[in-house]
Amino acid sequence: MAAVKRPPLPVILVANDLVEGEVLFAANNGWTRDVRAARVASDEAAALELEQFGAAQASESKVVDAYLVDVEIEAGVPVPRHYRERLRTLGPSHRLDLGKQAEFHI
Amino acid sequence: MLLLDRNGAKADPFARVETLDDVAGKAVIVAFDAAEKLLAAAPAQAGVFAPNTLDAEQLSPFLDRLALIAIAFPSATDGRGFSLARQLRRLGFKGILRASGPLFSDQFPQALACGFDEVEIPDANAARQPVQQWLDALKRVTVTYQRDYAQGERILDRRARS
Amino acid sequence: MYAYDEFDRQIVRERVAQFASQVERRLDGSLTDEEFRPLRLKNGLYLQLHAYMLRVAIPYGALSARQLRQMALIAETYDRGYGHFTTRQNLQYNWPKLRDTPAILGLLADVDMHAIQTSGNCIRNTTTDCFAGAAFDEIEDPRPTAEWIRQWSTLHPEFDWLGRKFKIAVTASRQDRAVLKGHDVGVRIVRDADGETGYQIYIGGGLGRTPMEGKLIREFLPRAELLDYLEAILRVYNLEGRRDNKYKARIKILVHEIGLEKIRADVEAEYASIVAASPKADLREFHRIQAAFDAPEFADLPEVSRKLEQAQANDPDLALFVEHNLFRHKHKGYASLTISLKGIGQAPGDANAAQMRAVADLAEKYSFNELRVSHKQNLVLPHVRLDDVAEIFAVLKAHDLATANAELITDIICCPGLDYCALATARSIPLAQKLSRHFGDAATQKDIGELSIKISGCINACGHHHIGNIGILGLEKKGAESYQITIGGDAGDQFAIGELLGPGLPETHVPEALDKLIAVYRRERRQGETFIETYRRIGLAPYKTAFKEIADAFA
Repeated sequence: MAAVKRPPLPVILVANDLVEGEVLFAANNGWTRDVRAARVASDEAAALELEQFGAAQASESKVVDAYLVDVEIEAGVPVPRHYRERLRTLGPSHRLDLGKQAEFHI
Repeated sequence: MLLLDRNGAKADPFARVETLDDVAGKAVIVAFDAAEKLLAAAPAQAGVFAPNTLDAEQLSPFLDRLALIAIAFPSATDGRGFSLARQLRRLGFKGILRASGPLFSDQFPQALACGFDEVEIPDANAARQPVQQWLDALKRVTVTYQRDYAQGERILDRRARS
Repeated sequence: MYAYDEFDRQIVRERVAQFASQVERRLDGSLTDEEFRPLRLKNGLYLQLHAYMLRVAIPYGALSARQLRQMALIAETYDRGYGHFTTRQNLQYNWPKLRDTPAILGLLADVDMHAIQTSGNCIRNTTTDCFAGAAFDEIEDPRPTAEWIRQWSTLHPEFDWLGRKFKIAVTASRQDRAVLKGHDVGVRIVRDADGETGYQIYIGGGLGRTPMEGKLIREFLPRAELLDYLEAILRVYNLEGRRDNKYKARIKILVHEIGLEKIRADVEAEYASIVAASPKADLREFHRIQAAFDAPEFADLPEVSRKLEQAQANDPDLALFVEHNLFRHKHKGYASLTISLKGIGQAPGDANAAQMRAVADLAEKYSFNELRVSHKQNLVLPHVRLDDVAEIFAVLKAHDLATANAELITDIICCPGLDYCALATARSIPLAQKLSRHFGDAATQKDIGELSIKISGCINACGHHHIGNIGILGLEKKGAESYQITIGGDAGDQFAIGELLGPGLPETHVPEALDKLIAVYRRERRQGETFIETYRRIGLAPYKTAFKEIADAFA
């Protein structure tokens, strides 16, 4: 995969499940739908590993649109720095009854 | 490259050539710019490769002398070639129209409907989408609302009959 | 409603199977993601911020009770119990799964519906006046023309891979309620001096990042020539439109760059070639389509309904509803009734399954089984008896659908924004909700009168912000959401693109900024003048001055 510009560390890997459409985060083992279980890469090597995992999973038609997202660690949990990516970890902000925020009580 | 028409894969009787040194008596395809010279070199069958940005009018002086026009599809999503094919048919081109580029099988019926006879796709695309998928694609939508496009049964004619 | 025949059904069924095959081939690797993406889009399936989104076509906004019930069923079975009506008169589901999409399309096909060409670089859903077939000021029902265009443009083999999307709107009314000049092609049904019905054609309008007003390309086109003329426009656009930059690929840019005279000459030349080569166009198919629309049998009723007058006298809420949400019908004793999907503090355009069913029941009982979706993201019962309005109102009230705010400041057009949309740069729904609450008091709304607020969460302008009397565009500024405000936009006959008032503001400051603009209106207005009329008379300067106070205070 061509080396694209990476966001600043630490990062997590976000993608959509091809069949479900749901937002997924790379975990220590496979994928998770809950950002609190996402694997955080704090150095270049780990970020590269995440990126390669995403590319491999995309080529196997498991996920689409995999990319790295920079996070801050708040109370031990990764929180994306950008508001767009924060919304992706939660769900629509005007419907707290829907999305991950409802499912995982985030 | 895989060449196929509505009956399936076919061998290419034309050869793509860069120079006109040895074309007499052969079936060859050259870049459109060299059309005039090619015709002067007396090939058995003359074909040209045309970019999809070419104006149909630029091709019109050659139409009755060309056996084949291949229109480039630089990408699958660039549909200019479909309109160019329509215009060439309207101008009376009776030879073979070939769509050349990374099209995918769902576009095959569209290409035929617009006047193409055959498509030529890169090997990598053909590896993912074998000939059978292209033939299956022709059977999926069997009716069409458009009046004078070739592919499929024309709904307006059916309605007029009923 | 237009009644599908066996061929209409066949093409929709075959398209469902074709899409199912495309999904299968994506999953088995025959199609790459790059190849599959345009294919799923051409069938209305997006991948959004949280999930897939399926946009269902509601051709020219016309729906039957049965169709709306089916949409309720789909919402409950395959989504989260609600749907969102859009400015293109379509409906979006926000949570479908790719795996379920063929089944959803099958359910749609069961009621003669589909998702064909609701996205992608092809000819999109043809839209029209939400009061089509009912409006007092239309010279004919525009829906047969829209349906004629729908069929011609459906799965068109030549125009499926355009440089960019292509949107056509039709109107037959004196007053433009279909944003004709904001479309790639606008078709106005007119009569010429001899009384012959034909079309006036506008070209090159559009919103998005470069808003443009449509220009008149053909003063009068005889009816029989419409489809050939559209074919000529599309072919010229397909061949000549820019392909080097997706933001410059709409036909409006081509018209702008080569000029109206040149595009007119190109279209007319192409049209002449089409006419020379093909059999003479005739009206048989148009007449068949026209006959396939069932005409409601309207009763002969008195102009005024005593029953409604009495009910209004006893119920001020009903009186307010009648004042704002009824539109004049072509038949005496009837009205078109707007069902606002803009309840105070609610997400504009959303309806849940129970509401959909309630509205379907009302349509069945009171409106000849017919419904319309408006580009303002409301629903319309096109043909209700004035005598029945009080009963309808009572049902609407029970389902939180009786908000009396059509055309008022809380009748806000709003795109889904960053709460759903992958392209958005800022949220738009929470701001719409905030403004709705801020101005929600009935007396306040009545005093402000007719005023359109339109909100987009990105520069693509799905929320039509350019043509709102007050337009709001959500952008990102220094890592935070920021809202630019424009004033003076108009979607109708006096089509205008709004003027930017100044730098973007955070969401918190937007209500206050709007208060300042409205204060200028209140101060300056003359008797009976609407917000936009006062703006047109006094110009931008006083509003800019008022806005600057807020902008400076924030900066």
